[in-house]
Amino acid sequence: MVPITTLHYLIVAAGLFVLGVVGVLTRRNVVIVLMSIELILNAVNLNLVAFSRMWGLHGQVFAIFVITDAAAEAAVGLGILIAFFRNKETVNVDEVDLLKW
Amino acid sequence: MLDYVTSYLRSNTTPGQAGNLLWAFIYIILIFLGLSVAVIAMNWLERKILAHMQVRLGPMRVGPHGLLQPIADAIKLLIKEDIMPAEADKSVFWIAPVLIVITAFTTFIVVPFGPTHAVTDMNIGVLFMLGVSSLSVLGVVMAGWASNSHYPLIGALRSSAQMVSYEIAMGLAVVAAVLMTSLHGIGLYGVAHGAVGDGTLSMIDIVKAQQDQHAWFIFKFFPLGLIAFFIFAVAMIAETNRAPFDLPEAESELTAGFHTEYSGFRWSLFFLAEYSAMIAVSAIAVTLWLGGWLRPFPTWLTGETWDLVFSLFPAATFLLLALIAIVGTLRMPKHPYFRVQTLGLAGFAAVLALIGILLLLPPVRDRIQDIYWFSLKVAGFMYLYIWYRGTFPRYRFDQLMRVG
Amino acid sequence: MTPVATPFFFYLLSGLALLGGVLVITRKNAVHSALALILTLLALAGLYLMLYAPFVAGVQIILYAGGIMVLFLFVIMLVSIEKSQREEQFNKQWIGGVVGAVGLGALFVRVFVRSKALHDLAGMPLAQLPEQSNTQEIAVYLYGNYMLAFEIASLLLLVAIIGAVVMAKKRI
Repeated sequence: MVPITTLHYLIVAAGLFVLGVVGVLTRRNVVIVLMSIELILNAVNLNLVAFSRMWGLHGQVFAIFVITDAAAEAAVGLGILIAFFRNKETVNVDEVDLLKW
Repeated sequence: MLDYVTSYLRSNTTPGQAGNLLWAFIYIILIFLGLSVAVIAMNWLERKILAHMQVRLGPMRVGPHGLLQPIADAIKLLIKEDIMPAEADKSVFWIAPVLIVITAFTTFIVVPFGPTHAVTDMNIGVLFMLGVSSLSVLGVVMAGWASNSHYPLIGALRSSAQMVSYEIAMGLAVVAAVLMTSLHGIGLYGVAHGAVGDGTLSMIDIVKAQQDQHAWFIFKFFPLGLIAFFIFAVAMIAETNRAPFDLPEAESELTAGFHTEYSGFRWSLFFLAEYSAMIAVSAIAVTLWLGGWLRPFPTWLTGETWDLVFSLFPAATFLLLALIAIVGTLRMPKHPYFRVQTLGLAGFAAVLALIGILLLLPPVRDRIQDIYWFSLKVAGFMYLYIWYRGTFPRYRFDQLMRVG
Repeated sequence: MTPVATPFFFYLLSGLALLGGVLVITRKNAVHSALALILTLLALAGLYLMLYAPFVAGVQIILYAGGIMVLFLFVIMLVSIEKSQREEQFNKQWIGGVVGAVGLGALFVRVFVRSKALHDLAGMPLAQLPEQSNTQEIAVYLYGNYMLAFEIASLLLLVAIIGAVVMAKKRI
């Protein structure tokens, strides 16, 4: 069996990233879009930690900051979602078109 | 092959450190068995002790003094009909108790019963245990949601809000204990001259630090160690949803909270997970503050004779229990209806006496020390849990959240 | 610490992570998507452990799986979406989205595979005992080089808390 190199981890991270991007671009439900964004952030984290094994601990520190950021962004994003849901009773991204003429 | 097995016995690390899969599996199986026995014993003990605190007798009929009651309960739960609400989300309904049981049992990987008696010694041991027990909140939320009925939903929301808010208190108290591991002081008022990078999150190293500093952390910087321990003790009761913080599952308030719609075997999984979580957080408290597997007074009462005296404690405990069982046998009514129960209790007393005598043998005596002291301290915590349930009135939910 | 059965665990964990990712973007029920995301997060925590990053793995389990996902589940329960389950799930422009994303992924893979530096390194740990004192070393970086970033992150969390509370209140 071929030994597991950094390349393997990077390909897994790229796969997760692509899945997250597909989710963001394709789904109509806002909550699932937010979860796809979390998938993207996790793919980036995996990338950082995989590289940090080669080049020092900076990658892991950055990964911790990314996790903190993701928490803050999820909280605010879900707050916005709740505020919007209270106005329009829908969670579909397509129907957020209040500015359309 | 035999070499593989015996070479571990002579090593002084945990199976995880040594990379020894066979012994890791053996330890895991032992933990499973031990936990099952502990949960069954807790069931019986809780009902008996609560009953005696309320000046009544508790289960007396099923076995001698109700000793077979937990087994009867288990059989009843297993043969009950498995009801699933009609509109419930089937996969989530199925997976919620499984998730809670998995998280409750996974925390036992790092619990140290002795200096080498843990499945593995992760160097983020405490962080791992706190993290995995925070995953149980997910299981609670899923259980409430999947039942598709408002009582479980409200119970689940309340329960998870309570667990999340008391996790913060637990985390801060744990940080206090972890900070104390980086000292190299002596006596009760440790002198702080540890080097940078001396503290540790690993459970085994925390107990070794207490051994090193000749003081259990609960007595360190008196009374600050005591305050940290007290905060953790209160938070851990709230974390496991036990009295007096058990509003989410109180029968008079919300039918049964998030596990209302579960019946039979699924409910027994919740029950198993709740008691395992209690034992797990008690194990954290014992490791961090009460010195883990160290015997009382490890450095004040040293020497051959004191070592011998303390090593007789396990045998003495079992022989004392056997004595109580024998007294119970003698006090049974002498009526032919009670013959089977008397025989059963006499048999139980004989088994206990046999275990006590077995623990008197020197080779067993030396090895069983650490596990015994650890289990004794955790058993003390279990008694405290039951005592609180019998004594304190329940907190109302807003009072509960304000305390958190 | 001697690693045991590394390829088996790598393929298992990364397979679970990718399976979870696929389930996240394809499920109709948002609760199922959230559960799949939890599966992905836990599999990634396992991968971090394999990469000799135990502290990041612990933080991932506590914060991401145990905190953020609880937040998501609460909001999903609040925003009751039984109606949306029967609606159309995917966008009108899903073909363009998928093609673009797959093209991006192919670009990534081509760049990675062609870079020589990644091939030369076998799965070897770093020179300085990576797991012995991982937490201490991260702390040295966090409170030393990256102190400013640390303070800014805590300020960011404060702002996020205030923002989330304000957004979700009924009356300001």
